[in-house]
Amino acid sequence: MKENLYKYILGIADNSLILGQRMGELCGHGPSLETDIACTNLSLDLFGQVRSCYQYAAKILGDDRTEDDIAMLRKERDYLNVLLVEQPNRDFAYVIGRQFLFDVYHHLFLTELQKSKDLTLAAIANKSIKEVSYHLRFSSDWVKRLGDGTEESHARMQEAIDGLWTYTDELFHQTEADKEMVAEGIGVDVTKLKETYYNNVAGVLTEATLQVPELKYFQKGGKQGIHTEHLGYLLAELQYMQRAYPNMEW
Amino acid sequence: MVTEKQHIDEALIPILEQVSDPEIPVLSIMDMGVVRSASIKQGIVYVEITPTYSGCPAMDVIGDDIISAMSQAGYKTEVELILHPAWTTDWITPKGREALEKYGIAAPLDAEADKSVLLEGKQLVKCPQCGSKNTKMVSQFGSTACKAQFQCEDCQEPFDYFKCLK
Ligand SMILES: [Zn+2]
Repeated sequence: MKENLYKYILGIADNSLILGQRMGELCGHGPSLETDIACTNLSLDLFGQVRSCYQYAAKILGDDRTEDDIAMLRKERDYLNVLLVEQPNRDFAYVIGRQFLFDVYHHLFLTELQKSKDLTLAAIANKSIKEVSYHLRFSSDWVKRLGDGTEESHARMQEAIDGLWTYTDELFHQTEADKEMVAEGIGVDVTKLKETYYNNVAGVLTEATLQVPELKYFQKGGKQGIHTEHLGYLLAELQYMQRAYPNMEW
Repeated sequence: MVTEKQHIDEALIPILEQVSDPEIPVLSIMDMGVVRSASIKQGIVYVEITPTYSGCPAMDVIGDDIISAMSQAGYKTEVELILHPAWTTDWITPKGREALEKYGIAAPLDAEADKSVLLEGKQLVKCPQCGSKNTKMVSQFGSTACKAQFQCEDCQEPFDYFKCLK
């Protein structure tokens, strides 16, 4: 139970940590000042949310590991985020596509997590969802602007959605920890979110004059700690400070 | 269910009012509505604060500032960060809203109006410089996570709008 709760929290937190790091990479590199600030603000929100999660995870462990140890000092195989969030910032369309495909899920997930029997998780969800509503507005807006924009922006937005689509199915896979937490009334049954997710995504894509990809085979593995080659590089940068100057605090 | 009402010991209010939001110095943390409880038990002050936004970097500073203000008043203090009930812009006091406007930040509208401003580009936000509502949103995200960037089409001044959070 304790072990499963710990893993469950990591699954939630790692998604936001890794996505937050990807968005943070755009600091000073956004396509315009406004989008640069927006992306780093999203990143800050996500980091804030995971901090509450890792503090809670540290409390559950009950040993001398801190939130920083858990967030920063695990090895690649111990990160439980989905593959979607670790995909690189190939161009702005990929940044927005990844954010959008995650935001739709994140919003549905947090809506349900607010009902968790675990009051700490419910409170974190209740706090986070207010911020995530803004994220979802921002990314949906940009999918529409790029999709329904110029020939070039349309083509690149479509390419990003096509490229990232293969990582969407994993969002709805249940791990052992998931199943246990659902049974306990603590976790969210992600399988039940799938239909609404694809409907909501299709709604925005259609409005953006984009095609909804048709795909039979999907990538998976992140939830088991088996990642794409991109995560190692991301972690090297994320963990650099903590490893070079041990015991730094957030 | 946790009650949304604050429990603050009257004697501590003047001390807490001296502590300001580090990012908006004209606003006290009391006017901001982030102090959820403050009480004295056996000579020790216990304060609960709640973040405006999850990632708000001001929270650590606010915690330190509370401890230092209390120690000047002769109290030992423990500050705890709580997440529930989640902060909403409705907790900013009328005095706080006034201070925001004077400082050049447009105060949050209600949730409905906020949505139509940010999503449909409706002109409801009043320029804090000249009072005109002929304003446009430049970006949904501004200088900090809690604000959006606006510009006044009459006096041309850019300004921040404090987004509604409910
Ligand atoms: Zn003006």
